[in-house]
Amino acid sequence: MYGTRLRAFSLATLVTLTGGFALAAFYAPEDADQGFMQKILYLHVPLAIVALCGFVFGAVCAIQHLRTGESRWDLRSYVAIHMSLIFGAGVLVTGSIWARASWGHWWVWDEPTLVSFLIVFLLYATYQPLRFSIEDRDKQARYASVFAITAGAFVPLNFLAVRLAQSYTHPRVFATTDGGLEPRMKVAFYACLLGMALLYATLWKYEMASKNTSAQIKALRRRLAGDEVPAPRRSAAPTLESA
Amino acid sequence: MTRAVNAVLRRDLRIETRTPQVVPGMALFAVSAFVVFHFALQQRSVEGNLAAGVLWVTLLLAAVLGIARQFVADREEGGFEGFLLAPVDRTALLVAKAASLFLFLVALEIVAVPAFLVMLLGPSPVEFWRLLLALLLADLGIAFVGTLVGALAVQSRARDLLVPLLALPLLIPLLIGAVKLSAPVFGGPAAAARWPWVLALYDLVFGLVAYAVFDFLLED
Amino acid sequence: MGDAPAIELAGLVRRYGERTALDDVSVALPAGATLVVFGPNGAGKSTLLRVLATLLRPQGGTAHVLGEALPRDAWKVRGRIGLLGHEPLLHRDLSARENLRFHARLHGVAFERIDALLEQVGLRLRADEPIRELSRGMVQRVAACRTVLHEPDVLLLDEPTANLDPAAADALEPLVGRTSGRTRVVTSHDPARGLAEADVVLGLRGGRAELSGSATEAEVRELYR
Repeated sequence: MYGTRLRAFSLATLVTLTGGFALAAFYAPEDADQGFMQKILYLHVPLAIVALCGFVFGAVCAIQHLRTGESRWDLRSYVAIHMSLIFGAGVLVTGSIWARASWGHWWVWDEPTLVSFLIVFLLYATYQPLRFSIEDRDKQARYASVFAITAGAFVPLNFLAVRLAQSYTHPRVFATTDGGLEPRMKVAFYACLLGMALLYATLWKYEMASKNTSAQIKALRRRLAGDEVPAPRRSAAPTLESA
Repeated sequence: MTRAVNAVLRRDLRIETRTPQVVPGMALFAVSAFVVFHFALQQRSVEGNLAAGVLWVTLLLAAVLGIARQFVADREEGGFEGFLLAPVDRTALLVAKAASLFLFLVALEIVAVPAFLVMLLGPSPVEFWRLLLALLLADLGIAFVGTLVGALAVQSRARDLLVPLLALPLLIPLLIGAVKLSAPVFGGPAAAARWPWVLALYDLVFGLVAYAVFDFLLED
Repeated sequence: MGDAPAIELAGLVRRYGERTALDDVSVALPAGATLVVFGPNGAGKSTLLRVLATLLRPQGGTAHVLGEALPRDAWKVRGRIGLLGHEPLLHRDLSARENLRFHARLHGVAFERIDALLEQVGLRLRADEPIRELSRGMVQRVAACRTVLHEPDVLLLDEPTANLDPAAADALEPLVGRTSGRTRVVTSHDPARGLAEADVVLGLRGGRAELSGSATEAEVRELYR
């Protein structure tokens, strides 16, 4: 079910993403103050937006899991959070590169969005250890969903608090992506954003398809071998209930 | 519901007064931490933002100790099952545990705040009510978040690792609000009027989240 | 009430992750009767009791206790079931009286009943000592008081007299034994004694019901082979 349209998605992602990057690199004008390095923002900001949406999506799937008790919602939530965490690591790395280019330091506390992201990353990094440390599968899934919902509620609060805490006067560079962008910058930016969203969706589908397939293989194997299948190793990833 | 909250709360308080572990542990930790800060910062006294920071970091880390202990006794002495077998609303456990954590934190602060004032604070405190307000709002938030995290972690095998890792990021917005609100007490910059509201919002959000999801942590 | 069975299980299934702890278990128990459950360790006896106690949800099949379906209406029967498992569910730093008061508050039972029960098991004089200082037999007696404190209609007993001296075992009898007159589900490792008190028999092995209804002593011993 998840394997459908993978090829179409992959193609669309490839096209949009390379197109977006090309636009960002060559078509969009250079920023007067920061020069070429400012262009890393075309990578950094879309990564951040998509990662945050991914966390929220993970929380929504978790709510569905608790409401219906179906394990496929737990799997969706797990994959969403897992992917957002990887994208989040990308956010921190690109953010650090940009900070170095703009201010000469590998890390700055001035940019509230970046700082908030670090906190969110630290929180979600405990998701997999939490799952791994609870052995009973059903309990693991339920507790993971509770965590995903709590963390999802936390994200906006965190951004609010950190934003309010920093009262610096220099212009927030992300603000330039909202209103004060030249049309050419806007085009490049939205292309990158779309490409990043497609990348997330495609990778999500790939991982879902892969997990589904291995679940089906395991079920078939169990049916063939009777009950002599060896006990599975402890793992943090959810399993789907076999039909 | 109140019957059940009453039952659990009285039992937990009685256990703590009979064999005090949590409150003395937290209080002792706080005082030790002040000593550590003195040597680490190499200062005879602190003031302003630094003072607020030292106090709140200490309170937060001490609270984490309390959070970790909350459900351990239940898990080991069968308190969970005794409660689950009773014909009561299961959210009562959340209310009772949050209430007892709140009271333990207040007890901690009765020791830790005067200790801080005596040991580390340079200038005399002004507008003390700000500190009290911050303590009240923060304790409420820690009670909700702490009970949620404690219940999450108690079922896992890596309990003592998970509690700080989960609790600290979650409590950062609360820490920000508490420090901003109480910094003027120690001679720091004036606090904007919005900070009590930010803290109240935090308490509200996590109170609601805890209320909504807690049942799922108890069922099997 | 009438002829409806107190407990009715049909095709009950309960898993622990990948392992199936209860696999298609069916049995019916009339009100006031005793069901004895035999089986080697790991056969699913304790799991069965915990499902009946509403601590675990059934994952397949149906389960009815006192006419109510689990898990949907579990909350309706919770106050009418008493569980005496391997854990006494008593806090070791509190006294017997304080522990029983906790449970009494939870179930809305008057405190006078606590004194009556403690008197019945002969522990009234030691009611204010911490549980930590009581012997195993005494702790089990207090646990039995806890089990019947709220006068449940159904008793679920997991080897209640294992490792108890005869005096303690006798003390438990009026509370949770056959003479209590309540519907009971008891797990047992003793074929002779178990069969003597059984109205209905259930033999589990590997989660499956190998014996159901009635059985001979030889058949029960066969379970443990």
